[in-house]
Amino acid sequence: MSVIGVLLVRYRWILILPLLIYLFIFFITPLSRDIIVSLWDPEFTLKHYIHFFTEPVYVMVIMNSFKIAAMVTLFSLLLGYPYAYLLSGVSDNTASKLLVFVILPFWVSLLVRNYSWMVLLGRHGVFNMILMNLGLVSRPVKFLYSTTGVNIGMVHIMLPYMILSLFAVMKGIDRNLLKAAQNLGANRFQTFLRVFLPLSLPGIAGGCLIVFIMAIGFFITPALLGGAKDAMIAQLIEQNVSLMLNWGFAFAASFVLLFLTIIILMIYNRFLGLDRLMGGSEK
Amino acid sequence: MNSADSKSFASKTDWASLLLYVACGLIAFYMILPILIVFPMSFSSAEFLTFPPPGFSLKWFQRYFSDSSWTQPTYISFQIAIMTMVLSTILGTLAAMALVRSRFWGKAAANSLILAPMIIPVIVISIALYGFFAKIGLIGTRAGLVFGHTMVCVPFVVITVSASLKGFDETLEMAAMICGATRLKAFMKITFPIIRPGMISGALFAFIISFDEIVISMFLCGIETRTLPLKMWEGIRMEISPVIAAVSTLLICLSAVLLIFLEIIRRRTQSTISG
Repeated sequence: MSVIGVLLVRYRWILILPLLIYLFIFFITPLSRDIIVSLWDPEFTLKHYIHFFTEPVYVMVIMNSFKIAAMVTLFSLLLGYPYAYLLSGVSDNTASKLLVFVILPFWVSLLVRNYSWMVLLGRHGVFNMILMNLGLVSRPVKFLYSTTGVNIGMVHIMLPYMILSLFAVMKGIDRNLLKAAQNLGANRFQTFLRVFLPLSLPGIAGGCLIVFIMAIGFFITPALLGGAKDAMIAQLIEQNVSLMLNWGFAFAASFVLLFLTIIILMIYNRFLGLDRLMGGSEK
Repeated sequence: MNSADSKSFASKTDWASLLLYVACGLIAFYMILPILIVFPMSFSSAEFLTFPPPGFSLKWFQRYFSDSSWTQPTYISFQIAIMTMVLSTILGTLAAMALVRSRFWGKAAANSLILAPMIIPVIVISIALYGFFAKIGLIGTRAGLVFGHTMVCVPFVVITVSASLKGFDETLEMAAMICGATRLKAFMKITFPIIRPGMISGALFAFIISFDEIVISMFLCGIETRTLPLKMWEGIRMEISPVIAAVSTLLICLSAVLLIFLEIIRRRTQSTISG
């Protein structure tokens, strides 16, 4: 073996360096710079953070972000659970057909999906046209620019994540356990409630976590489908940067958001283990 | 015995299964509806969006292809997506090989760092890069956009390549070298074919994520540069013109093509492994 060959085997970890250097320059450095800017103005101060948590408008935005993220998580679970349940119970062939409805939207541009909901939900949109033509309503229903609109759009985007997390766990549930429960006299409802549901809990936890984390930092959908009342933290950050040029405050707000994300992840890691979530790329 | 069993099972639970099927049908409809609706809208002859469309027309596609304020951003988006795909695939594949096939101090931390941009809200990354790039003069440049997009694309390459490396028996490479292959040859003949499907799916992920990326682009594009999603974003906020429906139709077709491509790779990999 050549010298270079030996070195390559011995020091294979070197291969990770290009990516780590890249991340150091474009990830760690900018984020560290942010912390400094958010804390020094022009000398050490916590005013941006205090401002963020005391100004009533901002407190409302934080509360609203939590509320919307929680609603989206709940609705995604309610819709995702039956679908994943069906997926896990059918043959592989049928499952791969049913998965098309989950995977295809996942691959379609986020902007396209939001735009479609605007077309569907708008004042003169498809739903209102159908409802009015059928004579069910006399005036257009306000779906768009409302919390309803944000929920419909965001659940649509989050549902694939929820279904895939649930499906991954449900697929691993030993079906013999269900048969055993039924042989022991449980009816189908009891079997589900006492055996299947508890076994699927890791999937529920994982799905809810990933949906909640993604939802709380969401920007595009609330901006396009929501009204002024539905503003979330990300929009607040964007406005402070692009309209008010209030960097210190925007960075402070983005750190609060980052911090929230990390806390939720740590709680999850504590109870369930993070490697389950990361596609298992760590052994 | 067996058939009688399943028969009584079926008759007892029919209504519950029926309810499940109906619910799942509605969920599938909810998932697919926004994708289907843009097709009739984009072929509409109306001057503004109405449903049902009054007639068939290709004028919105013509308008898209003849308007440089649409074709130029499309071209830029393709350029950036391809460059991002190449950079992410190189960085991600090398890192995955180190992560799966060697042990080193701080490996778990490095792994978390690499995957972090996938979980962290993209707005946080965007404004951090915006502030940083404004200082070093990368706003509005293609390089800046590629560096920004790569961060959110790399984790997907690392995950797909790691997955394909996991089942790989390293002694195969050793065996090739014992049989006289050089290190490079052993890599090209043994390792590369095994990680290739993972690299290709990772690369496709990187391409489509970069091509659709909007939030990072919104901050890093500056005043003059426009990517396709950014142009759409501005178009949607001003007026919901049917040109956007035409662009959406094209984007859905692009996604479908990439997805089919990915499925072909997956099937081919499976058949080589099992047969």
